[in-house]
Amino acid sequence: MTLVLLFILPLAAGAFAWALARRDETLCRWVLALALALGLLQTAWIWVTATPSSSSWLAEAQWPWIPSLGISFHLAVDGLSLLMVGLSYLLGLAAVLASWSSIRERVGLFHFLLGAVLTGILGVFMAIDLFLLYFAWELMLIPMVFLIALWGHENRRYAALKFALFTQAGGLLLLLSILGLHFAHGHATGVYTFAYSELLGARLGPTAALWLALGFFVAFAIKLPAVPLHTWLPDAHTEAPTAGSMILAGLLLKTGGYGLIRFMLPLFPEAAERLAPAAMVLGVVGILYGALLAFAQTDLKRLVAYTSVSHLGFVLLGVFARNDEGLRGAVVQMLCHGLSTGALFMLVGALQDRLGTRDMRRMGGLWAKAPALSIAVLLFALASLGLPGMGNFVGEFLVLLGTYRVSAALAAVGSVGLILAAAYALRMMQVAFFGRAPEGLELPDLGLRERAVIAAMVLVLLWIGLFAQPVLMAATPAVGMAHSEQGTVLHPIPLARDGMGTVPAPSERGNAP
Amino acid sequence: MLDVALIPGLPLAGFVILALVGSRLPRRAVAIIGVGSVGLSAAWALLFGAALIASHDVHQSQTLWTWMALPHFEAAIGLSLDRLSLVMVWVVTGVGFLTHLYSIAFMADDEDYARFFAYMNLFVGSMLVLVLADDLLLLYLGWEGVGLCSYLLIAFWYRDPKNVRAAVKAFLVTRIGDAAMAVGLFLLAAYTGTLRIDDLMLRLPHTFPAGAPVVVAAAALLLAGAVGKSAQLPLQVWLPDAMAGPTPVSALIHAATMVTAGVYLIARMQLVFNMAPAVMAVVAWIGLATLLLAGLSALAQRDLKRILAYSTISQLGYMFLALGVGAWTAAIFHLVTHAFFKALLFLCAGVVIKSLHDEHDIAAMGGLRRHMPLVFGAFTVGAASLAGLPLVTAGFYSKDAILQAAWASGPHAAWLWAVALVGALVTSVYAFRALFVVFLGETRREPARVSSLAMSVPLVVLAALALLAGFVQTPSQLGGISVFGGFVGPAVGGQVGQGGGGPGWLLLVASGASLLGLLIAWVLYVRRPATFARLADAPAWVALRQFALEGFGFDRLYDTMIVQPFVYLTRANVGDFVDWLYVCLAEVARLLHGLMSRAQTGRVRWYAAGIALGALLMLGLVVLR
Amino acid sequence: MQQVPLEHALLVAAILFGIGLTGLLARRNLLFTLMSIEILLSAAGLAFVAAASRWGQADGQVMFIFILVMAGAEVSVGLALVLQIHHALKTLDSDAIRQLRG
Repeated sequence: MTLVLLFILPLAAGAFAWALARRDETLCRWVLALALALGLLQTAWIWVTATPSSSSWLAEAQWPWIPSLGISFHLAVDGLSLLMVGLSYLLGLAAVLASWSSIRERVGLFHFLLGAVLTGILGVFMAIDLFLLYFAWELMLIPMVFLIALWGHENRRYAALKFALFTQAGGLLLLLSILGLHFAHGHATGVYTFAYSELLGARLGPTAALWLALGFFVAFAIKLPAVPLHTWLPDAHTEAPTAGSMILAGLLLKTGGYGLIRFMLPLFPEAAERLAPAAMVLGVVGILYGALLAFAQTDLKRLVAYTSVSHLGFVLLGVFARNDEGLRGAVVQMLCHGLSTGALFMLVGALQDRLGTRDMRRMGGLWAKAPALSIAVLLFALASLGLPGMGNFVGEFLVLLGTYRVSAALAAVGSVGLILAAAYALRMMQVAFFGRAPEGLELPDLGLRERAVIAAMVLVLLWIGLFAQPVLMAATPAVGMAHSEQGTVLHPIPLARDGMGTVPAPSERGNAP
Repeated sequence: MLDVALIPGLPLAGFVILALVGSRLPRRAVAIIGVGSVGLSAAWALLFGAALIASHDVHQSQTLWTWMALPHFEAAIGLSLDRLSLVMVWVVTGVGFLTHLYSIAFMADDEDYARFFAYMNLFVGSMLVLVLADDLLLLYLGWEGVGLCSYLLIAFWYRDPKNVRAAVKAFLVTRIGDAAMAVGLFLLAAYTGTLRIDDLMLRLPHTFPAGAPVVVAAAALLLAGAVGKSAQLPLQVWLPDAMAGPTPVSALIHAATMVTAGVYLIARMQLVFNMAPAVMAVVAWIGLATLLLAGLSALAQRDLKRILAYSTISQLGYMFLALGVGAWTAAIFHLVTHAFFKALLFLCAGVVIKSLHDEHDIAAMGGLRRHMPLVFGAFTVGAASLAGLPLVTAGFYSKDAILQAAWASGPHAAWLWAVALVGALVTSVYAFRALFVVFLGETRREPARVSSLAMSVPLVVLAALALLAGFVQTPSQLGGISVFGGFVGPAVGGQVGQGGGGPGWLLLVASGASLLGLLIAWVLYVRRPATFARLADAPAWVALRQFALEGFGFDRLYDTMIVQPFVYLTRANVGDFVDWLYVCLAEVARLLHGLMSRAQTGRVRWYAAGIALGALLMLGLVVLR
Repeated sequence: MQQVPLEHALLVAAILFGIGLTGLLARRNLLFTLMSIEILLSAAGLAFVAAASRWGQADGQVMFIFILVMAGAEVSVGLALVLQIHHALKTLDSDAIRQLRG
């Protein structure tokens, strides 16, 4: 029951807010913000009170929907989905707070659409009936298209259309694959169902499995996005309003990664193994190419958008390493990227609202004018480039370590991404924030509301960066279903430990050879 | 049990306070917090270390918490104090404290006072974490942390784009080394499941034979990281430009501490390097090449800080040489003495530059000994120690230890020793050149009065150390004191060249080189014979000097081969060529649309004809089937 | 009395249909379009009657009456439309009515 409430909360609150907006726009914002905060607390409550039970799900809710077709309304969360749900509520709240003063027309509709998108995203993260998954997948799309098209920037129509076309194409492939799986399973066992747990055991011929897996893969790869399916992202992220960009970058992209870990890998393990080398290469290409593109941009928002391509290349790489470190690293990377890029979009959006431009060539010396804003951007830029101490480093390190176990060459090439990330992050600081400000540039600094949000995000990132263990352990059930030790070339030597779990202290090292 | 954690903890706490509320505090409070945190840490490290030594139990390990614990990989946040790290801690906190003290006066007119001390505290904290880390991953955290602080401090005066460019260059070049080092970490972690230094030291020799490809690769990658951080060939190009930062930054970060992190890493991981003799040889040769090239570049420089920067690169080359021939203790010994005299030189340079209103060119200086006798004395001590003036300076003993080790090193020993000796000569020449040109002769510009107690005390203390610190380790011919070697040796292993196993005449030759350099500098820069002036204007000589001035063309090479193509290509692809595919798809769709809509003429007869044709076709199909 | 062979009647119907179709496609004047449609309809009617005669059933002749009625209705609507078109466009050229083109 709580899960259903958790799922429907943003949509319901959004609808309520829309109705209220006629009377009082501020009340409308408060309603949605409070609802999202409530959802966040609820998620934290589930986390804290989670007791290990026989099934790997922390919470479950199932209602029959269309039994004759094998469709049920089945939601469930485990550690991974709970993390994603938490991220969704947190970023949703941040998005509402970020658009507090910048969205002025059709406020009610805006908040309703925000709520609808969030519900769709939550559905994707919580659904374990494939039909429900597809339903939520489509639900994510339409409100976002409107958000971009109605409140976006100069090129919004083009960007919204491009986004819609790309995502819909992926959605179509997803639908076809889901149906294919449904029917294949049905032919083989006589049971026609869309339930995840049943379909896990589906036995498919290798060719059929490969094609179905490919359908899933392409759908999620478009969302992730993987090069060369990524070109919708810069336009969509750049033209979307601030809240839209935050949710796009912070959440929508994660649905791709989540889909790979939760659905594609466990449902089609042999196909995943066959696809893995190509997918990992695509991941590395994404890391490098995204960084190269980010470096050259003059539009600040577009630069941040391309960094998303680069960071999610790490996720793709880690997922298809299909080993423990790679998958956990991918999870951490998803979480931390959502936070850091969400924050960056918020800050860049704030900058655009104040300056009226996104062109870095017209900026410069902003540090002197708005130190708090600049420090915040610096912090998240450092997170982007993988500075140890922030969560992104943990994610990237584990992904590359997992990759190393499969292919040292890929890990080495992927590590070049660390250098390129430094290049674009520092260039952003150099061009926009250091140097001398142009004449007559006015820039009010961050307000209290914005500082609070940024502080919260920084603290979470630092916490994950230094105390990564709880997050890593939360992903265990999902990782367990997705990983495979085949293809892992390097097995570590077992650690020799004494009974206390510590290595016996060495004598003075002069005795070492 | 948080004793060890206090050492980095205090400066980090200082950073947090200054970062959050520093800009609202009065200057005095900022100074007290900023300098006090490092000072307290230094005092505590001194006391704690002394207590440990007295109790003969210097090895202390504290695991603070588990960072990551996965089925096949573990990492913990833990600090480990042993003799090697204790020496490093003393150097970092000691020189750090003196530099912070100096900065109170040096940065007094700067409006970003709090920001400066915040960054400096963060730096000291990160460096201490680096040195005390018992896990390579935590070391890497400290490693990147000091790189970050270096970037922030070089770009401290961010309004000048030149400073920002220098900072970015520093960060990117060291990042190249860091990325290679990261791959080395992956390698080690993949094979052993841990990055804890103690564990690695135990397991690697049991699992791999010496010279195994895995170990060689790991050593080479770790070396790459060290080369980047310690500004050795071929990643040395960032350090001269890093002089754009305030002088205390140059003194602390780019002379005494951060750049020595590479040396520390190799010393700490000496087991891995011992198992890979090929890599050790590379270390030595890199050090050798660097010390000579950088020394020659220093000779050609006109900017006082750049002379010192190239000198630092050169002296780090000496340390690498020592490491490469297995003289671990000698390397650390030189690290310590170099920290003292180089920081001293930089701090003196700071006073000079500030008093001449930001003038860096030594040709515009002169005769300053009359105006600032204390600084003159300090600089003389520093230059003498750098040149390794025999018997009285710390630099002599540490450099001699390295030369002795080079002599005794085995194949190619003669070459290593000879080039190192030439390097010593060059060092002496440029050190005294700087001294003579800046402080002797006639006054070209009147300096303002800048010195204050806060600046003078560190100068005096460092000068004393630059003279006396050598006496903890002397060659056998001069007393055979081996306090340093005895202390650090067991932690680091390897020969020390303690007491110098070498013949006595090595000492004489080394002394001779240093004195000869002094003489040459005297003749060229004080006496100034006319022949030299004429020679100096010869075109071949001018071209050569220019080449040396530019660091022997490395900057230009990297710029043409890497930077320009990179910028050009990325800029050309701003629109993302992959998007063309989709733009083409859209164009095809538009084309098809154009074609298809030709059929919609709107004319009845056309439609009727279509119907008729269709009906005909279908009838035909049915009839002929 | 000698029956007219079915083939002959159908042939005549086909020729009539062809004339009607050609007229429909070739003439631009709307009135001639309507006339051609009439010819098409009569061709169909002739085919029906001939078949009825062959099989000796009255259904075909019923169909013919059906066609006549429908033709009448269609012509009245068609002529009304023609009037409207002439009123709006001042011409009876069917090629002039192209507003619905793509």
